[in-house]
Amino acid sequence: MHYRSRTYRIFSVFNIVFLLVLSAICIMPLIHILAVSFSSPAPANANLVRFWPVDFTVSAWEQTFGNQNFLRALWNGVFRTFLGTVISLVTITLAAYALSKEDREFKGRKMYMYALVFVMLFNGGLIPTYILVQNLGLINTIWALVLPGAVNVFNLILLLNFFRTGVPKSLEEAAFIDGAGHFQILFKIYLPISLPALATVGLFTMVGQWNSWFDGLIYLTDSTKYPLSTFLQTIIVQNDFSQLNVNPDEVKALSERTVRSAQIFIGALPIIIVYPFLQKYFVKGIVLGSVKE
Amino acid sequence: MKRNWPLHVLVMPAILLAIVFNYIPLGGIIMAFQEYKPWFGFAGSEWVGFEHFQRIFAFSEGRQVIWNTLVISSFKIVFQLVIPIMFALLLNEVRVMALKRSIQTLVYLPHFLSWVILGGILLDLLSVDGGLVNQVLASIGINPIFFLGDGDWFRVTVIASDVWKDFGFSAIVFLAALAGINPSLYEAAVVDGANRFQQVLYITLPALLPITIVVATLALGNILNAGFDQIFNLYNPLVYDKGDIIDTYVYRQGLIGGNFSYATAVGLFKSVIAFILIVIGYRLAYKYANYRIF
Repeated sequence: MHYRSRTYRIFSVFNIVFLLVLSAICIMPLIHILAVSFSSPAPANANLVRFWPVDFTVSAWEQTFGNQNFLRALWNGVFRTFLGTVISLVTITLAAYALSKEDREFKGRKMYMYALVFVMLFNGGLIPTYILVQNLGLINTIWALVLPGAVNVFNLILLLNFFRTGVPKSLEEAAFIDGAGHFQILFKIYLPISLPALATVGLFTMVGQWNSWFDGLIYLTDSTKYPLSTFLQTIIVQNDFSQLNVNPDEVKALSERTVRSAQIFIGALPIIIVYPFLQKYFVKGIVLGSVKE
Repeated sequence: MKRNWPLHVLVMPAILLAIVFNYIPLGGIIMAFQEYKPWFGFAGSEWVGFEHFQRIFAFSEGRQVIWNTLVISSFKIVFQLVIPIMFALLLNEVRVMALKRSIQTLVYLPHFLSWVILGGILLDLLSVDGGLVNQVLASIGINPIFFLGDGDWFRVTVIASDVWKDFGFSAIVFLAALAGINPSLYEAAVVDGANRFQQVLYITLPALLPITIVVATLALGNILNAGFDQIFNLYNPLVYDKGDIIDTYVYRQGLIGGNFSYATAVGLFKSVIAFILIVIGYRLAYKYANYRIF
């Protein structure tokens, strides 16, 4: 067999080493940031920190969690993620159930489907959408963040393909004969069977909500309402403190390199925490849900 | 027996949200043909026909932005196709399952972090005075590189960091295709005396062709999307000439500069071309690889 040959074994060793180096490159930046956040400001500013804290201290983390602006943004982010995920998940689950039916069972399915897919491919663009949100009076409200993107058509298609392939038709037929309606079928048969699929789509939605920053930047003029991603965007990426009405000392503390690193890491932390759960499902989910025979 | 109306009720929330937030803004597109003034509204603003569209090409800035977009996204498309395939092929040779899983876990992670987080990290890592990357380069005798302040290096950085973020995740579909290859093909090849390299060349690569065509054709629809989130979080006025793309230009002209009509015209130009390309892409993917989305 080929894998017993000498050249293949040599290749194999090099291959594994190469892939391990590659995977290290994918997480090393995060480890570096973590190390900086636990180092003292002096070695951090002198660029002495690599992948292990120098002169270990938790003061950057204390300063971060002692900062009212940061805590408020963190709470806004958590709340936005929760509300956005619930609205989005409920909407697309209901729609995906109906749209998973065959054309002959559900007259109008095709029309709805085309209407939704069109949305995925073509939109009015940034300015018309902004003007609409403004005219609806949603500026500076959380609704401007959670409603416009609630119908994620990609997730909807993932879920509807799951419903089609994962739920046995015979189970559904039997329930119909016993007199169940669509709502009962959805809640008593589809949802329990599709828990892994719902978990996948739910986690995708959560990650999307947590990571969203641009909508906060344009739709919220009151920086105290910024979710964490938008807050981090303005103070870490744009380095712009003018939006936040903070006193100069606080600005100095927030722009410290070690504090910046702690903030970045906290921004990534929820993702790192849900990631193991996410990973369990998404590979199968993507492949099953996206490609249909 | 089975009534239809509950199904209509179930799709309604999604359809209503789509009508309000996606279809109504389509009406706002008319401002691309007007000199839109917010205080006059759509009804009171003056009509100017295709003037704004002509301005896109009359301005050297407009042409430059379209060119930047094409350059950056073409390179991204090519590398996001070639590197994930190579990675999938190499990972497929790892026989130790635990090792394979660990590698996968690590390389998928960056995909889920936002460009705000990664932007913050890259600004730190790539800084010209003592960022970690420049420290490593210095240790092998290379002068510091101004990754985010020099136009050409900015493009390289954007393309490389995009590949870094997503190559693992993009490889998923190829790994799935590899898992689906019938093992008896390899056994037959072994009987015929093929070595591992020949097996890859004559069995694995041809088996990957259909999914590669799908990914490539679908990616072409995104050729005018060079990645707003990424560019926005990495660029600065120093690199506008080579790093400004259509989407960032629309933002700066429209929401920052107040040129609502011109920005909408630029956005519409992009959306129309992208829509046509995506439709063609889906048709081709359907025709040549029998791919459908729903």
